[in-house]
Amino acid sequence: MIWALIGVPAFAGLAAFFVKPHGPRRGLLVAAALAHAAMTASTWSVRPKAVLNGYLELDPAGLLFLSVTSVLFLAAAAYAVGYLERAEHAEDEDEDVFMFDNAPEAVFTGCLLMFLATMTMAALSQHFGLLWVAVEATTLASSPLIHFHRNNRSLEATWKYLLICSVGIAVALLGNFFLAVAARSSQDLLMTSRELVLHASALDPEWLKATFLLFLVGYGTKLGLAPLHTWLPDAHSEAPSVVSALLSGALLNCAFLALMRVHAVLCAAGLGGYSGSLLAGFGLFSMAVAAVFIAGQADYKRMLAYSSVEHMGILSFAMGLGPANPAAMLHAVNHSLTKAMLFLTAGNLVSAGRTKSVAETRGLLRALPVSGALWLAGFFAITGCPPFGPFVSELWILKGAFAAGRPALAAVYAALLAAVFIGMAAVTLKMCHGEPSERFKAAPPEKDWWRLAPPVILALAALTLGCWVPPRLLETVKAAGDLLGVR
Amino acid sequence: MNLLADVLVILVVLTNLRVLGLSRLSPCIRTVAFQGALLGLLPVLAHLDDMTTRLALQAAASTVIKAAIFPWLLGRALRGTGSQREEEPFVGLTASLAAGVLFLAAAQWIGSRLPHVGQGAPGHMVPTALFTMFVGLFMIVSRRLALTQVLGYLIMENGITTFGLAFAEKQPLLVELGILLDVFMAVFVMGITLFHLNREFDHLDAARMTELRD
Repeated sequence: MIWALIGVPAFAGLAAFFVKPHGPRRGLLVAAALAHAAMTASTWSVRPKAVLNGYLELDPAGLLFLSVTSVLFLAAAAYAVGYLERAEHAEDEDEDVFMFDNAPEAVFTGCLLMFLATMTMAALSQHFGLLWVAVEATTLASSPLIHFHRNNRSLEATWKYLLICSVGIAVALLGNFFLAVAARSSQDLLMTSRELVLHASALDPEWLKATFLLFLVGYGTKLGLAPLHTWLPDAHSEAPSVVSALLSGALLNCAFLALMRVHAVLCAAGLGGYSGSLLAGFGLFSMAVAAVFIAGQADYKRMLAYSSVEHMGILSFAMGLGPANPAAMLHAVNHSLTKAMLFLTAGNLVSAGRTKSVAETRGLLRALPVSGALWLAGFFAITGCPPFGPFVSELWILKGAFAAGRPALAAVYAALLAAVFIGMAAVTLKMCHGEPSERFKAAPPEKDWWRLAPPVILALAALTLGCWVPPRLLETVKAAGDLLGVR
Repeated sequence: MNLLADVLVILVVLTNLRVLGLSRLSPCIRTVAFQGALLGLLPVLAHLDDMTTRLALQAAASTVIKAAIFPWLLGRALRGTGSQREEEPFVGLTASLAAGVLFLAAAQWIGSRLPHVGQGAPGHMVPTALFTMFVGLFMIVSRRLALTQVLGYLIMENGITTFGLAFAEKQPLLVELGILLDVFMAVFVMGITLFHLNREFDHLDAARMTELRD
C-alpha cells in the first residue's frame, strides 16, 4: 500500500509528460488524484505495513498530513481541469487576455503529479535521510509549476524559490550528518525517528543541539519561518492559484513534519526545553513579521502568502509548548483546508478581474456573489473567528500556552492574532463591499463549477471542523501530538 | 587515511581559493568540476584496502555527475548567455580572496573546537568541509550572476559531502543515491531556469531581479 501511494502519482506523472491530447491527460490527473484519495482513505481503516526496515511507515502524524495533502490535491486537480480549460480557450479567443505564453500543459500536469508523489513520500518517511531526499524533491518538482505563466515576475519568483530553498535544505542535510555524529556511540542505530526516540539517551547532547539548529534553519526556510521566509510571498503570489493552494496547504506541512520529527528526538533526549523555546520564539517572531506585512498589503495573493507565514508561526509556537502539541496538529489541518480554499477563490478573482491589486478590487459581493461570499467567509475563517475550524484550534493553542505555564507568551500570541485580524479585515472588507470597480463591472456570471465546487467544499469542511471534530480525527490528532512526548 | 588522500584534501582547499579569485565563468565551472572529481576520488583512496563494489559504484556515479554532467549542463547555460561571461561581484576578487583566508582560519578554529569529534575523523577533513561550505555560501551571497550562485550551491554541497566523508558516514545506499539524484535534479532544474532567465531578461544578473518586493 505504501509503495502504491507513492507509485501511483509518480507513474501517472511520468505518463502525463507523454500524453499528447488534453482530454485524456486531464482525465489522468483526476483519476490519479481520486486513486490517491481512495488509498489514503483506506489507510484510516487498515494501517499499512511498514516497508524498507521501517524507513517508510505511516504513523498518526504522517496519516494526518497525508490525508490533508490528498484531500487538497483532489480539490486542486478538479480545479486545475477548469483552470487549464480556461487558459487554453483564453489563448484562442484573445491574445491580450493572457499577456504571456503558458508552459506546456503536459509539463504542468506531470510536475503536479510528481509533486504529489514527493509530498506523499515526505509524509511517509521515518528515516531522516529519506525525509531530506523527499523534501528536497518537493522543491524541485514544484518549481516548474511556479513558472507556469511565462513572465518576468514568475521567473524571478521561481529563481528565488529554487535557490533559497535548495540552499536552506542543504543546511538540513548537514543537520542529518550532525545527527549521525550524535548517534556515533551506538553503532547500529537506524536513523529513523522511532529508533532515535527510543535510544535518545545514547545520543550526544552537544551534537544534538547543533543538529536541531541546522534543521531549524534548513526546514525553517522551507516552512517560511521569519526571517527565512523571503521566498514565500513571491512564490505563493506568482504561482498559478491552484499551485499556491498546494504550496501553502500541503507543502508547508511537509516541512513542518520534518521539524516535528527532530523536535521529538530532542524531547526524548531531555532537550525539549531547548528546542521548544527556539520553536516558540521563531513562531512568535514569524507571526509578528506577518502581521506587519499583512497590514496595508496591496496584493491580495501576497496577503494570503503572509498569512501562511503567520500560521506556520502559530504551528511552531504551539509545537514549542508541550501541552499545545495536539492543538498544533489540528490547526495544521484547519489551516490547510482554509488556506487552500482562499487561494482557489483568489484564483477565481484573478481570472474574473485580471488583477491582484487590492485597490482595483471592489464590490466583490455584488459582482461575484459566490466567490465574494467565499472570500468573506475565508477571511473570517483564517483569522480564527467562530464558527470555523481555525477558531477551535487557535483557542486550544491559547489554552495550551496557559497550561504550559507561559501566560506572558499567551498574551503576546493573542495580541498578534488580533493584529493580524485587524490588518486583514482592513484589506478584505474593502474588497468585498461597495460598488463593483471597473475591472469587475463586466465580470461574467460564475458558472464554471469545476472551479467553484472545490473551494465551496473546502469551506464547508472548515466550517464542519469548527462545529464538530470527528472522534476519529480527534483521536489521531491526539496520537500525533503525543508522539512528541509532552514535557 | 594515506598520503595521497591528504594531497586530495589540500587540492580541495586550493580549488576553493581559486574559485574565489576567478572572474571569468568558464574556468570557474571547470574548477568546480575538478573539485567534484577530487571528492569523488577521495573515498576510493581512503578505502583502497577494503574496497567494496558499492563504494566503487557510488564514487563512479558521483564523479560522473559532478565532473562531467554538471559542467556540461552549466556550460550549455553559459553558451546561451552570449555577452555576459564575466562576473562583477559585489565583493571584489582581492577582497574575496582575503575573506577566503579568513574563512580558512575560522574553519580550522571551529574544526578544532568541535566536541568529541574523536578518533574516527581524520585531521583536516572537518576543517576542509567547513571551509568549503563557507566558500559556497559566500559565493552565493557575494556574486551577482545566477550562474555563479549555482556554482556556489554546488561548492556548498561539496562541503557537506566532505563532512559526510570525514565521518565515514554510513548512510543506507538508498539515501545516498537519493541525495545524489536530488542534487543532480537540482542542477538540472536550475539549468533550465537559467535558460529561461536568459531568454526572458537577456542577462543572468540576479541583482537586477527586483520586481517582487514589499
